[in-house]
Amino acid sequence: MNYIEPHGHMVSRTTDDYERMALAGCQAICEPAFWAGFDRASADGFYDYFRQITEYEPKRAAKFGIKHFSWLCINPKEAEDTKLAEEVIALIPQFIDKPGVLGIGEIGLNKNSRNELAIFERHLQVAQDYDQLVLIHTPHLEDKLKGTRLIVEALKNFPKIKPERVIIDHVEEHTIDHVLDHGFWAGITLYPESKCTPNRAIDMLEHRHAERIWMNSACDWGVSDPLAVPKTMQAMRHRGWTPEMIQRVAWDNPKAFMGQCEKFTL
Amino acid sequence: MPDWTPPTPVNLVDLGFMDSRSKLIDLAAFLDRVQKAGQDGDFRVQALKNALTLLSQDKPQRAKDVLLSFSDPSTEPIAKATMQGAIGAFKA
Ligand SMILES: [Zn+2]
Repeated sequence: MNYIEPHGHMVSRTTDDYERMALAGCQAICEPAFWAGFDRASADGFYDYFRQITEYEPKRAAKFGIKHFSWLCINPKEAEDTKLAEEVIALIPQFIDKPGVLGIGEIGLNKNSRNELAIFERHLQVAQDYDQLVLIHTPHLEDKLKGTRLIVEALKNFPKIKPERVIIDHVEEHTIDHVLDHGFWAGITLYPESKCTPNRAIDMLEHRHAERIWMNSACDWGVSDPLAVPKTMQAMRHRGWTPEMIQRVAWDNPKAFMGQCEKFTL
Repeated sequence: MPDWTPPTPVNLVDLGFMDSRSKLIDLAAFLDRVQKAGQDGDFRVQALKNALTLLSQDKPQRAKDVLLSFSDPSTEPIAKATMQGAIGAFKA
C-alpha cells in the first residue's frame, strides 16, 4: 500500500534508505528543517542546509520515484542564540517560493526557554505574513507537556493562523487531546525510546478515530527507522484495521493537511 | 472525511501478552540491578517506582498518567536553556 512519510530528515539518511522506502510504497517524503545533530557555526551553515533540502534532496528522492517536499526555519535547539536565529529567519523569504517548500517548520520549543519562545513567535509572524502552513516540534520527554501547553497558548496570539493549517507533532498520550481539542492537527512520531511505538500510536488513533492525525518516522541522525510508517501499517492490519482506514492515516490525512499548500501535488 | 470504521475485534492479549511480559521482567531486573549496585536512590529510579504505582489503577489511562508523572508540572518558560537534551524524568 502506498504511503506518505510526512516527517523525515533525509539529509541524515543514506541513498539506500530512499530505495528501501520506495520499495515499501513511499510516494512522498516531507523534510522539516531541524537540528542536524550538531550546532551550526553561522547563518551560512543554514543557507547551505536550506539549499540542500530544497534543491539537492528532491533530486536524490526523484531517482527512486519519490516526491520530496520541505519546510523552513531555525529549529528550537539552536534558537537560544537569538542573534543567529534572526539571521536565519532573514534567509527564509528567498527560499519560501521554491517549488517544494510547504511552509514554516519544524518550529517550536526544546527546553521551554524564553528565547526559544520568542523565536517561535517570530516564526509564527513570518508564517502569518506569508500565509504559510506551520509544522511544530514539541519538546522531548519531561519537557513535552509544558512545551505543548506553551505552544498552544502562543498560537492564540496569532488569530490569523487558522488551527487547521497548523500541525503539532510528536504528541503522546498526555498531549494529544490538548492539541486536537484546540482544532490543530496532531502528528504521532514512531521513534525508539523517546517517542512512540506502533501499538501506542494505534491506540491513540483509535481513541481519536484517526481524525486530523498523521504518523511519521522522524528518521534522522539518531537511532531511528525510516520504515516505521509501513511497519505500523502492518501492525494496524494485525489489529483488525480495514485497508480504507489504514489508507486514511497513511495517505489521506497527510495529503489533506499538506494539500492546503497548492505546491503539494502527488 | 468518511466516517470512522472501527477495527474488526481481534485478540489483543494474543497479540501483546508476550511482549508485555518480556518488558515487565526487564523492568524488574533493572530495578534489581540498580538496587544491588546501590544506585536506587537516583531520582530517575524513584520516578520509575512512583510511576509503577499508577499501573494498578482501574481507569484505562495508565500510559497517560505515567507520562504525566514524568512531566515538568511548571507553566512558566525558564530563563535560559542550559542544555539541549532531556533526561526522561522531571527533577524538582
Ligand atoms: Zn523532526
